[in-house]
Amino acid sequence: MKIFGHKPPFTAWLGMTIVTVNLLVALFGPLLTPYGESQSAGGTWDPPSVAMWLGADQIGRDILTRLIYGARMTIGVALVTTVLSFLMGITTGFLAAVLGGWVDQLLSRLVDIILSIPLLIFALIILGVFGPTIPVLILTIAFLDSTRVFRLARALAMNLSVLEFVEAARLRGEGIWWIMRREILPNASAPLFSEFGLRFCFNFLFVAALSFLGLGIQPPYADWGGMVKDNAAAISFGIFAPIWPALAISLMTVGVNLVVDWLLSIEARPSGAQAEL
Amino acid sequence: MADETPILKIHGLTVETIQGNTIVDHIDIDLKRGEVLGLIGESGAGKSTIGLAAMTYARAGCRITGGTIEIDGTDVRLLDAAGRRDVRGRRIAYIAQSAAAAFNPAQRIIDQVCEGPVVHGLMSRHEAEAWAIELFRSLDLPKPETFGRKYPHQSSGGQLQRAMAAMAMSCRPDILVLDEPTTALDVTTQIEVLILLKHLIREYRTAALYITHDLAVVAQVADRIKVLRHGRQVEEGATDAVLHHPRESYTSRLVAVRAAAASERVSLDTLGEETILSVEATTAAYGPLTVVNRVSLDIRHGETVAVVGESGSGKSTLARIITGLLPPSDGRIRFKGRVLSKSLADRSREDKRIIQLVYQIPDVALNPRQAVGEIIGRPVHFYFGKSGQQVTARVKELLRLVELPEDYVSRMPMQLSGGQKQRICIARALAANPELVILDEPTSALDPLVAEEILKLLKRLQAELGLAYMFITHDLDVVRRIAHRTAVMLKGQFVAFDSTDRIFAGPHHPYTEQLINAVPVMRTDWLESVLALRAKGG
Repeated sequence: MKIFGHKPPFTAWLGMTIVTVNLLVALFGPLLTPYGESQSAGGTWDPPSVAMWLGADQIGRDILTRLIYGARMTIGVALVTTVLSFLMGITTGFLAAVLGGWVDQLLSRLVDIILSIPLLIFALIILGVFGPTIPVLILTIAFLDSTRVFRLARALAMNLSVLEFVEAARLRGEGIWWIMRREILPNASAPLFSEFGLRFCFNFLFVAALSFLGLGIQPPYADWGGMVKDNAAAISFGIFAPIWPALAISLMTVGVNLVVDWLLSIEARPSGAQAEL
Repeated sequence: MADETPILKIHGLTVETIQGNTIVDHIDIDLKRGEVLGLIGESGAGKSTIGLAAMTYARAGCRITGGTIEIDGTDVRLLDAAGRRDVRGRRIAYIAQSAAAAFNPAQRIIDQVCEGPVVHGLMSRHEAEAWAIELFRSLDLPKPETFGRKYPHQSSGGQLQRAMAAMAMSCRPDILVLDEPTTALDVTTQIEVLILLKHLIREYRTAALYITHDLAVVAQVADRIKVLRHGRQVEEGATDAVLHHPRESYTSRLVAVRAAAASERVSLDTLGEETILSVEATTAAYGPLTVVNRVSLDIRHGETVAVVGESGSGKSTLARIITGLLPPSDGRIRFKGRVLSKSLADRSREDKRIIQLVYQIPDVALNPRQAVGEIIGRPVHFYFGKSGQQVTARVKELLRLVELPEDYVSRMPMQLSGGQKQRICIARALAANPELVILDEPTSALDPLVAEEILKLLKRLQAELGLAYMFITHDLDVVRRIAHRTAVMLKGQFVAFDSTDRIFAGPHHPYTEQLINAVPVMRTDWLESVLALRAKGG
């Protein structure tokens, strides 16, 4: 079977399977779970049983149910964040490259300033000031992440905007939006698409990390980072409870990365082959 | 004079892509010591693939699937990777077309030239450096003792091409593969490099495969010529025989294109009186560097004005000034008497429409993600506000005008050949109904037979539509055939501007003379005659 005219290797299939299963679970989660998101159905850290396949958490909620709801929240927040950050990053990055001059200087130096402040600290400050609600969380991460996207988008557009077909459009008298949307974006989409996968992973881990620090998604909503934090103490009793959400985080990250690796490799060698040495 | 046993013996060489398309089909090559074999053909003929296969190397996506490649009696295809590595550089070396892209920009030239002999264990670093300096000297590089300390970006294209020849010779290989070594150079530089390469091959009795698409160039260096097409051999023979008595019709056509160039002329009868463009004492600079210096030019209705000069002379900059991409610091540009704004941003849509530009390399002039219909249709919509059916009708009309089938509307640029892409570029320019088309080396990236077709098309369009052309080129053969008047440009200034006939008839400015003499002529003794002329002259 071919996708985008290329035959994915085994690792890519594995990655795509993991991502698809996770997305399906996130979409149809509530239909699959026997319990409610915050329903206490057992005792503290009950061991796995037929009723609760992965056991219960620190206040007796079914871990599997929480994992499924967590997928919804963690993946959903990360996805919305990444989409937003790409919208902002691509627009500003392309503008900087196509307009050049003081616009480029202004935007680039601004981004430099933001990049010079450690991400986590910056996020903690903003979330501390405005409170850790989900919209604030999404906007904060999206804003910070868009600076990274800006860098890539600007670099790509810089390379493209000197090409003659862009010059031809300028000579014709086309406006800046046309040039960005019709001449540059279609030719930058492949690297941006694979970067989207990487940034999604990063945002996903960032949400998990913030939740682990207590400033991410707030109870009673389930999310994987928060679940690791809530159940962290269990590890000293030899109980598996925090391992499951941690595993879910790593599985999703590995899955997305496998897909992205494959996409990047298609881009690097269009013929899909190596030289005969 | 040559040994009787071939140093390179290729038999039944076949190269295929991994999809199974045959790129090189059962090619045989016998090359003796001190002999030069010219491989000639259009792009896609498999010339470079054969050159690389001689070193048992195939590009990504290709596989050598059949045949034997014997270097001095050893079949290198049977060797493992280490064995092949041992052969490359030491027994057989490669000179690429673009030296600028072949050097590592982060290393000094001497380090890269010495790498081969040291890695192969032939010389110590000290010996390798001494040998490199000797090679630099025999290749006539400036200050051979210190030349190697430069980084690639600090030397010119011609110097780098010679430095790459030194790199190839560093292990004293038996065989050289020269892949279009002078194609990227100016005519005046090309002749220098040709002379030195020929001298080098003769001095060290190296066998060579000389790959090129230019018959006149190969005539100067090759003992024998092999003509290739679509990966198959068309014919092979002694250079003189192939040039003067080609056996196959394809070869005759190749030869005829060059011959036609020598005889064809343009007539001045059809010229209109009205001056449409006049450039008045215009000067422009990139930062502190003045690139165009007080240039004046006028173009009449239906006229072709050629601007010739080597790279860096300011020809393309002149085009950028006229189109408004580079605002001049001084001077004026008038169109039918009306002064045009200096910068593109200040020009009206109508002013942008009347002057159109066609680029040298059609591959980068077309957006790879837009279909032909969109590429040509956009100006129709943009300038004339047409939409839907009207645009489609006009696009089809334009495709017919550039002699392409109407169903190309849905093709993507990737699905077109170089010549077809250039036709699309021309159609895009015509879509604006321009009065002046600036052609920036429109044929120099194309194969000779394809370039010929494009020139014919341009002439026909001019006659039908009454277009004026400003034709930028470094190819004097083309100038002679298409231009009513010619301007010779040197270091940002016009050294001559007159009717083409008078430019060629002389008396010449010394630089014009040099340019005219540097154009290779399809005779085997041309290089010698130029050398003789130079010796006499000074």
